[in-house]
Amino acid sequence: MAPPVIEIHQLTKVYHLGEVEVRALDGVDLRVETGDFVAIMGPSGSGKSTLMNIIGCLDRPTAGTYVLDGADVSQLSRDQRAIIRNAKIGFVFQSFNLLPRTSSMENVELPLLYGDLALSKRQRHEKAKTALHHVGLAGREGNYPSQLSGGQQQRVAIARALVTDPAILLADEPTGNLDSRTSTEIMGIFQELNDEGKTVVLITHESDIAQHAKRVVHVKDGRIQQDERITQERVVRERVGSSQ
Amino acid sequence: MRTAFIRMGNITVVGLKSIARNKMRSLLTALGVVIGVACVIVSVAIGAGVASSVSEMINSLGSNFIMIMPGASTQSGARMFTGSSTLTEEDAEAIKREATAVAYVSPQLRTTGQIVAGELNWSTQIQGVGIDWPNIRAWNVKDGAFFSEGDIRAGAKVAVLGATVADSLFPNGDSVGSIIRVKNVPFKVLGVLEKKGGSMMGSDQDDMIVAPYTTVQKRLMGQQRFGMIIASAASAEQVQEAQDQIDALLRQRHRIPPGGDADFMMRSQEEMAQASAQQAELMGNLLLGIAIVSLFVGGIGIMNIMLVSVTERTREIGIRMAIGARGKHVLLQFLFEAVTLSVLGGLIGVLLGIGVARAFARFMKWPIVISPTAIVVAFVVAASVGIFFGFYPARKASRLDPIDALRYE
Repeated sequence: MAPPVIEIHQLTKVYHLGEVEVRALDGVDLRVETGDFVAIMGPSGSGKSTLMNIIGCLDRPTAGTYVLDGADVSQLSRDQRAIIRNAKIGFVFQSFNLLPRTSSMENVELPLLYGDLALSKRQRHEKAKTALHHVGLAGREGNYPSQLSGGQQQRVAIARALVTDPAILLADEPTGNLDSRTSTEIMGIFQELNDEGKTVVLITHESDIAQHAKRVVHVKDGRIQQDERITQERVVRERVGSSQ
Repeated sequence: MRTAFIRMGNITVVGLKSIARNKMRSLLTALGVVIGVACVIVSVAIGAGVASSVSEMINSLGSNFIMIMPGASTQSGARMFTGSSTLTEEDAEAIKREATAVAYVSPQLRTTGQIVAGELNWSTQIQGVGIDWPNIRAWNVKDGAFFSEGDIRAGAKVAVLGATVADSLFPNGDSVGSIIRVKNVPFKVLGVLEKKGGSMMGSDQDDMIVAPYTTVQKRLMGQQRFGMIIASAASAEQVQEAQDQIDALLRQRHRIPPGGDADFMMRSQEEMAQASAQQAELMGNLLLGIAIVSLFVGGIGIMNIMLVSVTERTREIGIRMAIGARGKHVLLQFLFEAVTLSVLGGLIGVLLGIGVARAFARFMKWPIVISPTAIVVAFVVAASVGIFFGFYPARKASRLDPIDALRYE
């Protein structure tokens, strides 16, 4: 069996708010195998955002180890973490976080500008175009975010996350700003990408969204409370990417 | 090496795109630098133009030139020619006879009047001078001849025309030998002077005629004393000696005791050149001060807007950091934006400055000299302003925490 893509051991994060010490994470152990689809659930204040920030290499743990794709990333510097984020993590955010007044194409190309690979302009274009195709947005390359619907914007964001071919897709409440029908569409894209072998980590507080994953991890009070396999995952029949 | 270059190129592309996306704001931000640089270019162009035309005018006076003016008039020479001059014909003759370091001497008086030739007329300046005048002013006759010692003694009604007057009154070039009427007195044209060109502030040196001073005194002005005496020293080394001799001689003739206030004053060409050089230097320093202040203000404008821009774009910075932008990427992006803004401002400023300077030259007839050095310096300074004032906002941007930046609304 292939080594796990995420291996977290006894992860602790402590914040100091003045005199008060807040233990946002208190000894978390988590393994995610390559090709898995994990939903991390929990109410606000449970520590799931802190966990997401550490998994996404935006933040460092106070104690414990985090091995991502075979490399220990728990004590890296700011710039080293930026390099890891660029190469191994594809972020999808609740509020899409696209650059305004910037075309879909340019938004998707953005991570490639910061990458270590010396790509030519043509190669960047090619990769961005492929990624946009992949999420069913062929023909929308020149549109600005303001000219796209919420669902389409989130697809551009997914294309941007995919373009560097990262080890994990990290989606933070990706359907939080979308209506239920569009939410289902977006979840369909994640399932499809997962079927193709992408590891997906989804952070959500909605249980019906979490039901699209293969495994749900419940976080509460900075600890993992429950870790269950979904036997009958909700499959979105309408596969958007390939059908359009 | 190639990789590094390409990555650097990517960052500049990022910076350029941000500027293109905010055209109006970019323009307004650069406005301070635009105005600063334009000010520098215009004022340097005018300053250099004035300085060059002053020195041109002084050089055009002739070499080793000495000017002796009536002394009551220490403030302004021009007002003295009427009435109360203390200088006489005998003074001029005595200088010529006794001052050994002096090569040429000529009285000089001026009046203005209407000149008529056939059906054409022209209002101009009439200078009454001696026969040494062409040597003192290094100004030769082009056609015909200058008047003679005999013409002076006889008070002959003869004249030599400046090039402008000749062109205006005799468009066909047949002036020599013709008769002109100066204030209704007929004069015979003996010759035409070489063209000397414009002088300071656009006045035309060729717009005048010269005639024997005796004739101008008797026929045109009716006064015996004259405005000033001009002379030239035998050589450049003898200018000071000549001035000393003239000073001693005139003090003796005017019975002024040593140390007493002289009733005349003297200026050499060198002294005039020095005075105008000092003036030009003062002007230059003043303009440099203005330039520094305006570019400093422009720089603060850039810093201010870049700080606003960093705050406004906190979320963008967060997005860029989340998808892998390192500190140096963000730093370079904002620094590059600041420098591009200031260089763009510099470029527009240079063009605007040249345009305004040309407009001054055209509509106000001011002499201007557009200096390539000033353009290069203004440009380099503009770029440095961008780097200097852009660094702090850029560093602030590069040190943002991606988590906070992403959460920023």
